[in-house]
Amino acid sequence: MQFGLSESQEFLKDSTRKFFTGECPAADMRRLMETDTAYDAALWAKLTEQGYTGIIFPEEYGGVGLGKVELMLLMEEAGRALLPGPFFSTVALAGSVVDAVGTPANKKKYLGPICRGEARATAAILEAGASWNPRDVQLSAANGKISGEKLFVSDAGVADFIVVVARNGVFAVAANARGLRITPMLGMDLTRKLYVVEFSNTPAEELGPAAGLVGALDVATAAVAAELVGGMQRTLDITVEYAKTRKQFGKPIGIFQAVQHQCADMYLETESSRSAVYYAGWALQENSPDASAAVSIAKMYASDAARTVGNRGIQIHGGMGFTWENDLHLYYRRAKASETAFGDATFHRERIASMVIDADSVSVQSA
Amino acid sequence: MDLNLTVEESAFREELRAWLATNVPKDWSEWREKPIDESFPYLRAWQRKLHEGRWAAVSWPKEYGGRSATLMQQALFWEEMARVDAPPMANSLGLGLIGPTIIAYGTEAQKKRYIPKILSAEEIWCQGFSEPNAGSDLAGLQMEAKLDGDHYVVNGQKVWTSYGWVGDWCELVVRTDSSAAKHKGLTVLLVDMKSPGVEVRPLRQMTGESEFNELFFRDVRVSVENILGKLNDGWNVAVSTLMYERGSYGARLHLIFKRYINRLIELARTIQRNGRPAAEDPIIRQKLAQCSAEIEIMRFNQMRAFSRISATGVPGPEGSIQKIFWSELNQRLQQIAQELLGSFGQLMAGDAHAIDKGIWSYAYLRTRGNTIEAGTSEVQRNIIGHFVLGLPRSY
Repeated sequence: MQFGLSESQEFLKDSTRKFFTGECPAADMRRLMETDTAYDAALWAKLTEQGYTGIIFPEEYGGVGLGKVELMLLMEEAGRALLPGPFFSTVALAGSVVDAVGTPANKKKYLGPICRGEARATAAILEAGASWNPRDVQLSAANGKISGEKLFVSDAGVADFIVVVARNGVFAVAANARGLRITPMLGMDLTRKLYVVEFSNTPAEELGPAAGLVGALDVATAAVAAELVGGMQRTLDITVEYAKTRKQFGKPIGIFQAVQHQCADMYLETESSRSAVYYAGWALQENSPDASAAVSIAKMYASDAARTVGNRGIQIHGGMGFTWENDLHLYYRRAKASETAFGDATFHRERIASMVIDADSVSVQSA
Repeated sequence: MDLNLTVEESAFREELRAWLATNVPKDWSEWREKPIDESFPYLRAWQRKLHEGRWAAVSWPKEYGGRSATLMQQALFWEEMARVDAPPMANSLGLGLIGPTIIAYGTEAQKKRYIPKILSAEEIWCQGFSEPNAGSDLAGLQMEAKLDGDHYVVNGQKVWTSYGWVGDWCELVVRTDSSAAKHKGLTVLLVDMKSPGVEVRPLRQMTGESEFNELFFRDVRVSVENILGKLNDGWNVAVSTLMYERGSYGARLHLIFKRYINRLIELARTIQRNGRPAAEDPIIRQKLAQCSAEIEIMRFNQMRAFSRISATGVPGPEGSIQKIFWSELNQRLQQIAQELLGSFGQLMAGDAHAIDKGIWSYAYLRTRGNTIEAGTSEVQRNIIGHFVLGLPRSY
């Protein structure tokens, strides 16, 4: 048993970090977050060149064919860089859904362009009730047409197609389809834009039945948790650096245990989230029977931990942490938006409860 | 990353499972209720049996009676022991902490003299580290050892000594050079507990039991041959003992905690809350789910740490997050138990209305010590702050 990264996984993580540090430094991230869509075509081309847009998709559709653990590592580093734009929406969300529910022809049509960097995409799930339980979806398609409204659709403004979760299946709607209206929502996270998407007799192509949807959403959920781990790591690094250099009473503030112990807790929360995310990635990759439980454990823990780590980081920075120019609030905003995305801790605790309390078997395996 | 067992790990576990299936005592559940002084011969006999099967000290090198087990195999060993609810071994400090330290620092004569009897539970070992004025600040300990010919004369007091009442030998940390800096003047002595001048008193703890002792040394003579490691190098020897404390033993906690939470889930199905089973109460559900998730995360953290140690060879300061995690989790777990059991939670063993023979009231009190024993949470956070994150030393 080896619960550490293999050499090739270490290499991927390392090269990804270097890539984001070089191609999306904080200044670029800030420039993009001030734009309407946070999308940058040049950056997208570079992501594609690295193979990131096809990382987990089969080679027959132009993907790289790596596993879910590798996806977690990539998303962790993307989260650390607070990568703006539709990468998560396109790859971890829309791509995963197409990969899970699509027919081979549909995969060729929709996954191919994603892998080649030609298409951006997203998935529309939430409605007015804002429930992350797929059973609460009301919208349904009839005769190849969709009418209704979806909320909180990430990156819809730059999507070439939108994967729509309906009661009676999963559908794809092209960005230029008639009767499609996309309007921005003013979310807290400036790096991942949210939209209202309205359909009015809009043509929609059925991708497949919704049966595979839960598995795909598990991948997206774990990917959000992985991004949170990266954000926590960055918040911790910035904060520890500050605690070493900022002086009050003639000493670096990190010497005071009230500060130091908060840093230690940030470390504990970050590492524990990371353990849970890596395990979830492995369980998803192996199609382990406890994969859904593992994803909920990771999202539950990381959702709460990211908020707590952000609180501690800003608190330790004092007044400086409350300023716009300090990056911590950007991570803090992302952490709050990601906390609710794909179910907050309360949602996942109930999901865990239904698995461990209502089912007779306690589903998390112990090797 | 591959969480499947290797061929060697599977083979190790299969051999152990087969051995346990025929050898683990069936009557432990009756014995565990008895006072420890009554059950101690039983625990000695169990350890002898394990030793006969070469299972008493799997982590030890083969030439010393172990199996040279990898860390992952050691973790499997403790998991399997917990899975079959095996009794603890009588000489657990000798096997887990002191034996490995003697193997690492002892002379050939010392190894020959002490190791076989640690394995066979013929000689029980205790650890004389903490003092009334040296707890977290262990290096500040005062117990004095003065050279007189070829003997040291030892005077002073130790506290929180597990197994002191039954100990034949003690790994004792003493101050041999009071003029040196506090970490530099310490030496480890191996002391016969039957030496004249050693007095052992029970230390009654808040649970009402006496797991620990106080040791008083008055002019106790210890031969210079009984120095472990080098003179005035006792701090390094003692720290290496403490490092073993954070080893694979924690692997059993996952199953122990899981047994607790599974029992609480079972109880929640029958205990009523607001006119329905507590298992249907949303707040109780949230709390049970949070706790069972954290029990899994504790195990993920452990597995990651074991893998890292296997790769780098040494247990690092990251072990401190395991200590904080399990001790605080155990306290939260017992608080949830108390919430669920309501008024019944307080009932102690012997009360006719007590649930599960009063284990929950006992566990609630006992876990209060978890964030103090084996390095307080505050010390663990200092270790993370300074040694992991590189923040300036705060003390």
